[in-house]
Amino acid sequence: MGLEYVRISPGFEKYMPKDYVDLVQYGQFGKEIDVQQLGQFKELVEEHPMCAGCFMAYFVRVFYASLPKPEDTIVIGTAGCARLALSQAAVPFIYGNYGDTNAVASGLKRALSIRFPDKEKDVVVIAGDGGLIDIGFGMTMHSWFRREKFTTIMVDNEVYGNTGGQESGMSPRGVQLKMAPKGKQFDKINAVELAKVAGCVYVAKLAPTNPKRIAKTVRRAILAARHFGPTFIHAYTSCNIEYSIPTEKVLEDARKREKQDFGFYEWMTDEVKEFFEELERKPEEVKA
Amino acid sequence: MPMEVLPGPAGYIPTPAAFEGVELPAPGKALLHGKIVDEELAMREAAKAMLTRRNPTIFPGPLVLWGWNAGAMEKAKAVLELSMEIPNCRIIPMPDYRPKYPKIDPEAEINPNHPNLTILHNKIEACIFVGVHCHYANLSLRMIRAGTNCFTIALCAEMGHEDAMVSLRDVHAEEIRKFRDVLVQVRNELGIKWEPKMPPENPSLPKEEYQTLSVLDYGEYSYLLIPRRGEHVTETE
Repeated sequence: MGLEYVRISPGFEKYMPKDYVDLVQYGQFGKEIDVQQLGQFKELVEEHPMCAGCFMAYFVRVFYASLPKPEDTIVIGTAGCARLALSQAAVPFIYGNYGDTNAVASGLKRALSIRFPDKEKDVVVIAGDGGLIDIGFGMTMHSWFRREKFTTIMVDNEVYGNTGGQESGMSPRGVQLKMAPKGKQFDKINAVELAKVAGCVYVAKLAPTNPKRIAKTVRRAILAARHFGPTFIHAYTSCNIEYSIPTEKVLEDARKREKQDFGFYEWMTDEVKEFFEELERKPEEVKA
Repeated sequence: MPMEVLPGPAGYIPTPAAFEGVELPAPGKALLHGKIVDEELAMREAAKAMLTRRNPTIFPGPLVLWGWNAGAMEKAKAVLELSMEIPNCRIIPMPDYRPKYPKIDPEAEINPNHPNLTILHNKIEACIFVGVHCHYANLSLRMIRAGTNCFTIALCAEMGHEDAMVSLRDVHAEEIRKFRDVLVQVRNELGIKWEPKMPPENPSLPKEEYQTLSVLDYGEYSYLLIPRRGEHVTETE
């Protein structure tokens, strides 16, 4: 299995749309891609119907370019903005009902490990703040309590962007939104600390201002989930529509938030730290 | 009395043929317009449709297009052999089932979520589904019956499809070759002269030269791809 999925049947090469031929010839399947090569290879996701200036779309793009083994990865999403791009990528995608993504991912990961015992299959949940920390809170937490070996990525736009701008648990205190005119009365939930307490072995928080850092974090989260247990990334992906951020100011806003409350933060257990030290030291040793 | 499954348009959201009494056939039998008949008869009618209706097209699905095992590759070869024998046949692939927004190229591919776009655009009046997973074949065949006048033929590796005008079951490479032989026989009976040749290639856009693209080609957006000068990834821990 694995790479054999991305081999066109002999004779059909000239009948496939060029998109797919390019994906096989110039795509990331079976190759080590550096995120800085973005634009120089056929990407897993290209066209998508997300809003102009959407920072989540950018994060999703970099996420796909960072996958260590896209041919053996399954992505799970749910209602929300991210799934609009996720479902169009050339990586299998499962649409969970709202809130049950981590329960679906748990079952899927277990089934894959039974079906392909000698193969590493990565399962990644990408959902919004509503899907994971509001409505999906119970199932998210319980998947972490059970130490399920998959990665959860929260693309946090701090609002229910699809349904008109209701406040979410991740909206900052005091923020006024279209459907929250009095301003939010409570603090933003500290998802990172919750993940640590609930049993995640690798936790990171970032504002996606630097593609190399996103790639490194995503890769680490997936590799740690493969070997040790649940991992979690909390990414700030602003909603430029609901928060009225002009398109050209979106990156500026992310940099501002990075300085305020979304500074890069990474935590991992000792065994995961040892694992990465070992893994990331090897190339230097080879060079020496 | 089960319904007669005929080419549409049957109208918006037609009742599935399975709800109207159409049953899947036993091994060795086939469905023709919703009735269980001998496989040979169904093959002859399918061949007649592909030979006489406008713009006959084969829609191969992922189970044929991707060489994921020896059986799939053999089946793919048999599909190409079949396509050579159908006069002016086209191959429009369904490489996967992901939604294609904002739009698809209906001359280059067919999408199971809106197959009518490809069929209406190309004025296809007879088509063969082969190598499409059953749940998506069911969805597409019903949509095609709802909105187009296309005669649908399902070459199913499992039990078949009620919503197709002709549905053959347990179809693998060997059975496709048998269908090809029946088609050639019917073609000769109808007096249609045809030298076997490959269908035209996929007309999609020429590929981009990714090797020669650089970050700078992305102009003002290049800042999204590379960090700014002096910006470093802070080391962790």
